[in-house]
Amino acid sequence: MTTFATPSSTTAPASTETSVAQTWGLVARFANPAELMHAAEAVRKAGYRYWDCHSPFPIHGIDHAMGISRTILPVVVFGAGAAGCTLGFLLQSFTNSFDFSIWALVWVTGYPFLISGKPLLSFPAFVPVMFELTILLSALTTAFGMLAFNQLPELYHPLLKHPGFGRATDDRFFISIESRDPQFLRSKTGEFLKSLGASSVEVVES
Amino acid sequence: MSASSSSMQGHTVPASGMDNTIESPGQRAPLVLGTGDFHTVTNQVCRVTEHPTVPMAWYVAFGVSLMLLGALGVAVNYLIFTGVGVWGLNNPVMWAFDITNFVFWVGIGHAGTLISAILFLFRQKWRTGINRFAEAMTIFAVICAGIFPGIHVGRVWFAYWLFPIPNQMEMWPQFRSPLLWDVFAVSTYFTVSLVFWYIGLIPDLATLRDRAKGTIQQFAYGLFALGWRGSARHWHRYEVAYLLLAALATPLVLSVHSVVSFDFAVSQLPGWHTTIFPPYFVAGAIFSGFAMVVTLAVPARELFGLKDLITMRHLDNMNKVILVTGCMVGYAYSMEFFIAWYSGAPYEQFAFINRAFGQYWWAYWIMVSCNVITPQLFWFKKVRTSIPAMFVLSLFVNVGMWFERYVIIVSSLANDFLPTSWDEFIPTWVDIATMLGAFGLFGVLFLLFCRYLPMIAIAEVKSVMPEANPHWEGYAKGHGSHGHHGGAPVGSQPAFQDPRPGQP
Repeated sequence: MTTFATPSSTTAPASTETSVAQTWGLVARFANPAELMHAAEAVRKAGYRYWDCHSPFPIHGIDHAMGISRTILPVVVFGAGAAGCTLGFLLQSFTNSFDFSIWALVWVTGYPFLISGKPLLSFPAFVPVMFELTILLSALTTAFGMLAFNQLPELYHPLLKHPGFGRATDDRFFISIESRDPQFLRSKTGEFLKSLGASSVEVVES
Repeated sequence: MSASSSSMQGHTVPASGMDNTIESPGQRAPLVLGTGDFHTVTNQVCRVTEHPTVPMAWYVAFGVSLMLLGALGVAVNYLIFTGVGVWGLNNPVMWAFDITNFVFWVGIGHAGTLISAILFLFRQKWRTGINRFAEAMTIFAVICAGIFPGIHVGRVWFAYWLFPIPNQMEMWPQFRSPLLWDVFAVSTYFTVSLVFWYIGLIPDLATLRDRAKGTIQQFAYGLFALGWRGSARHWHRYEVAYLLLAALATPLVLSVHSVVSFDFAVSQLPGWHTTIFPPYFVAGAIFSGFAMVVTLAVPARELFGLKDLITMRHLDNMNKVILVTGCMVGYAYSMEFFIAWYSGAPYEQFAFINRAFGQYWWAYWIMVSCNVITPQLFWFKKVRTSIPAMFVLSLFVNVGMWFERYVIIVSSLANDFLPTSWDEFIPTWVDIATMLGAFGLFGVLFLLFCRYLPMIAIAEVKSVMPEANPHWEGYAKGHGSHGHHGGAPVGSQPAFQDPRPGQP
């Protein structure tokens, strides 16, 4: 862990500029949600691309400050819901209304149940199960879709072993900028974060 | 800790234990008392799981619950090895304690989803103090509920016939039956509640992971936290997902007890065959569930020192919900009688007069007293904000709602169309052991949850504090710099003023 005690100390030996391979990036600490948000706006305007904010709770408006585009998760969930609804209808009409066979891992045959003279294809009676399967597939897609888009689970991450970063899930607010960002220069980026009011800027080893 | 921090900061932070039930126009009542500091909130919730010991009352409750769970094991095994004849069922009373318990426990679950989903959609910020353990209550209640349909089928080893699994008999479930809708409704409800609960837990598990001292804790919490690191890009998708799950769980929770009520309403039996059942069952479910939340919250906040997070305002609000839903249930009881008279159907009229004055009159009047009469005391604020009063009244509601299902099921079955087939249901020891044992299962699961998982949604509680808003006026005035004030934002935010005259 290298600490930028003062901006002048960042004029370190030239070798630090070339050892980017071992440096995952920089993490800067900000005092509160307001300062984090102002800093996030500045980092976005400076043109950084591989960077992130870290906070113990979602901060209202920070996605706008960071320029995060809205996730397509709702569209995916709508598709899953429509699939669940269709699946519910097909399942019930196949198993209860017709007697033909299909291949679904094994050969399965439908069975036309005649219940108190009602139509074999009794759509109203199928609605509750269609509804439940719509909700079930949508909810599972929401949960697993969110995790997949977030690339979680990711049990190893350089930030997670960085000393002091654990407080990001408690009461501290950080901005991290990755070294793979085209604009990243360890000294310049560090000074930039300092100038935004960061109380500390530290190097994260990869 | 909270007392010292509030005195240190003068009156800028809502004092620990203050009365935040007062309505003051133009001011939001504080939902987190005693601190304006996120770290204190984390500490208050996490110390329950991190403390090496738990209060003695926890061990006592856990011991009692384990014994009841043992009784459940004995009763269920005896039933499976002997047959459903060990219950007091007869012809015509073929459903009694089993389905009463099933409907009771499914109903209990509804408050958790209402708090987590419907109150979220309505932007009720006070839900954050209670949603986590209410959701846990939902999951454990549905587990208890799921036992009963499973064991009441008699030949338990054929329970898989409920699911559309291809089999050698080429037989399928009959999808026009409400009993099969129930299978799908309850299993979907359980799955979605579990997913919703777990998604809410992820950030708090990360908090526990980052604070954990022991290797086992670090590994276990770390595994289930999935590598969460509070990233704003993650939070963005997380919030969208949470909103979607709330929007999906809302119609789901209303549908589950509607489908449960179809089990009765779709049949031809007088007393069951009524169109009022779906809304009446949903209102009753929310009523009983909120009573259970109060029953659990009152001892939990005392025992684990969470009074500044589950404040009197939270309890007051829940008691208001109990009052409203209690009145809805009372309206449904009277409307059933009105419709029975108005329908002109003699069997329908008999079923309801028999309910109130027949062989189960005592159960009916326990139900009315506990569900309609005693909750009226919640009109008085003194009762709504009195811990002993609300605890006793919530227990009454739990009892009353169990008897509601008993009355609906047993009194309708025992005296049906043909007087020669009438009979009486008398529970056996197996019935009673199974009923009490389900409470043991619930207690064991809930107490383990209290011990090992964050009982309060830490991240969500922080997000409703005024300091969480980046536009909070304290920040504009240069306060809240963690480096200078020992981590506590010392804002000049006006304290919640008591509007009553003559009060300081």
